[in-house]
Amino acid sequence: MCLAVPGKITDLDTNLDGVPAPLRCGKVDFGGIVKKVNLAFVPEAAVGDYVLVHVGFAIARVDEAEAARMFDYLRQIDELEDLEEDGR
Amino acid sequence: MRFIDEYRDAGEARQYADAIARAATRPWTIMEVCGGQTHAIARFGIDELLPPFLTLVHGPGCPVCVTPVELIDKAIEIAERPAVTFCSFGDMLRVTGRRESLLEAKARGADVRMVYSPLDALKLARANPAKDVVFFAVGFETTAPANAMAVHLAAREGVRNFSVLVSHVLVPPAMEAILSSRASRVQGFLAAGHVCTVMGFTEYEPLARKYRVPIVVTGFEPLDILQGVLMCVRQLEAGRAEVENQYTRSVRREGNVEARKLIMEIFEVVPRRWRGIGSIPASGLGLRAPYAAFDAERRFGLAERGFGLAEPVEEEEEGECLSGLVLQGLKRPPECPAFGTRCTPEHPLGATMVSSEGACAAYYRYRHLAGVGA
Amino acid sequence: MRVAVGAKTILLAHGGGGKLMHDLLAEEVFPAFANPLLDERHDGAVLEVGGARVAFTTDSYVVRPYVFPGGDIGVLAVNGTVNDLAMCGARPLGISAAFILEEGFPLEAFRSVLASMRQAAAAAGVAVVTGDTKVVDHGKGDGIFVNTAGIGVVEHRFKIGPSSVRPEDAILLSGDLGRHGVTVLAAREGIEFETALASDTAPLHRAVLALLDAGIEIHCLRDLTRGGLAAALIEIAEVSGLALEIEEARIPVGDEVRGACEILGLDPIHVANEGRFVVFVPPPDADRALAVLAAHGSPGARPIGRAGGKHPGRLSLRTALGTLRLVDLPSGEQLPRIC
Repeated sequence: MCLAVPGKITDLDTNLDGVPAPLRCGKVDFGGIVKKVNLAFVPEAAVGDYVLVHVGFAIARVDEAEAARMFDYLRQIDELEDLEEDGR
Repeated sequence: MRFIDEYRDAGEARQYADAIARAATRPWTIMEVCGGQTHAIARFGIDELLPPFLTLVHGPGCPVCVTPVELIDKAIEIAERPAVTFCSFGDMLRVTGRRESLLEAKARGADVRMVYSPLDALKLARANPAKDVVFFAVGFETTAPANAMAVHLAAREGVRNFSVLVSHVLVPPAMEAILSSRASRVQGFLAAGHVCTVMGFTEYEPLARKYRVPIVVTGFEPLDILQGVLMCVRQLEAGRAEVENQYTRSVRREGNVEARKLIMEIFEVVPRRWRGIGSIPASGLGLRAPYAAFDAERRFGLAERGFGLAEPVEEEEEGECLSGLVLQGLKRPPECPAFGTRCTPEHPLGATMVSSEGACAAYYRYRHLAGVGA
Repeated sequence: MRVAVGAKTILLAHGGGGKLMHDLLAEEVFPAFANPLLDERHDGAVLEVGGARVAFTTDSYVVRPYVFPGGDIGVLAVNGTVNDLAMCGARPLGISAAFILEEGFPLEAFRSVLASMRQAAAAAGVAVVTGDTKVVDHGKGDGIFVNTAGIGVVEHRFKIGPSSVRPEDAILLSGDLGRHGVTVLAAREGIEFETALASDTAPLHRAVLALLDAGIEIHCLRDLTRGGLAAALIEIAEVSGLALEIEEARIPVGDEVRGACEILGLDPIHVANEGRFVVFVPPPDADRALAVLAAHGSPGARPIGRAGGKHPGRLSLRTALGTLRLVDLPSGEQLPRIC
């Protein structure tokens, strides 16, 4: 339920285990190890994108901008608190 | 590994620990719902970084722990039938039913196989038309799209020898059951980030309003959990009770639309029994009528022994097992008199100690040097 | 629900390298034979014979599948016994090979295992000097089981074992973790990776003999097998009675193994290895020992911790986050998880 791991799409193909299908599969690289992953639930994802993979399925595309923004959070709330203190 | 390593940075973690200590001016009790979060907290010693008066309790977010005993028995019964290949995720294999686990049934000769994905089970079914391949479809909403896809493909391709034994459970009804209990001391929630990746978080907004609790959708790496705790504490200190999203790199408010569509095509909401808690209405998923042919309970004639709300909740665990209270966050594992003594992973009294994601097992395996009773 | 899981019969978990196996040995096997040599609980026993010291060891191999990337059951059997001798600081002299074959096992497969063993023995510089072959009825054996035993000569003066570990000893690890365990798990459970992962099975005696030749004062050696780094150090902590502390940030794990462990939810410190060992040396010898290892087939050797800390008899780990936790054996073999 919880274990979903981010990996980078390195390849896209359209066959699923040799059975012709409109479903998208591809290869995802997890920091050095590559596995075939079903990409049906991330139609917008392209080669080079990072996706979150759970039991062989990509369940989301990783939003890289949001990922970076997270590291500003502490500074932002510090600034907010400074403003609040100044306002008193 | 990108999007993992940066969220395990010791320096950032210490900064969060300091920020939380500054923000929290009084004791708070926060529940994290997901077994994966419990695991991360234990593995990285995150509660060592929190002020002692901030209490993290672990919720029923372990689908393995909450799968009813009788369903495991049905799984074993099916696995023992001739020409059946029974497939399951690794987590489920060690949990005991009334007498034994799937792993023990395998030791006695049942054809039980561990798979990484439901598609592996489907592949086995295609390759072995003379066998009945059954997949144990356990999980919260995170796993539902994968299980739905397996059934969808089986139906599309006419793979008649494939079926699923469904044990899907839903998080919001469980949270509501906990919140509505008079004994609940939970003041804030860290909602399960991967469940919300699939489902979005609109379902939590009415809960936050009705019960006046902050709910922060949180990821699984240490910095995610620390940021989630900080966001929750700030809400509590300010008297706010809103749904906030910490895990913005993966979770959108509407979730994954494609995945939700497929879930609703294959499954419908049903009542479910939760081991250690009892029946919760509208808290599970079952196969819709058009897919009844893929329902393993029907295929093997076990459906009539199902459980409805009318059935009383039986005592499922040994007398002194408190797993039900632990799952609801009413007791912490070290508060159980049997913890670590009469109840260990080798000799478990209940599911929360058997499953490696169960709160009791997580506490036991990674218990900290602050003391076993901390 | 039963209180004790499998209280009356042997379970698969009893062989898994985890707590159940540990307890089975501690509660049933060791007490049955109790003697000072056995109680040392080292990989091999060192016997005094005339003026010489002879190391003696045995191991059985039941791995499934019996062929996997990087080796087969035969290679494991040769290297495993050579390595147990190496862990006594012994020079291997000869090994035995005993086979239990199931009726119906393909002859070609047996030939293949024999060929692997011949190659592995040659690579390790030992000969298979005696052995035995038995056949059991179809259904009574899992294809092929192999047992090897080995004799070696101990030419150093140290008493190598957990009881020789001293406070502040440096703990050195010969290379990266988890290759064998992940490879075999993937092969066995049909988990397909596109990346080539292979077992790290290898003979370790030359590296150990080089350490001894260089005059390194070796206090303890242990090769990592089932149960991984954690099992080896937990046992040494227990038998020596000392606290052992290791640092997660210093433990080498290759990218592919790391990625596979993240996907499957496994912890590399509990994953099996077949060509890695830990060595305990006094702090002044640590740098020289690492240089010797690098020059003798172990360029990935790293210092990972020390004997010391607050919990005697236990293994502790300082996490990547800087927090400290106790490490226990899992109940049985680690299985991939979804949660």
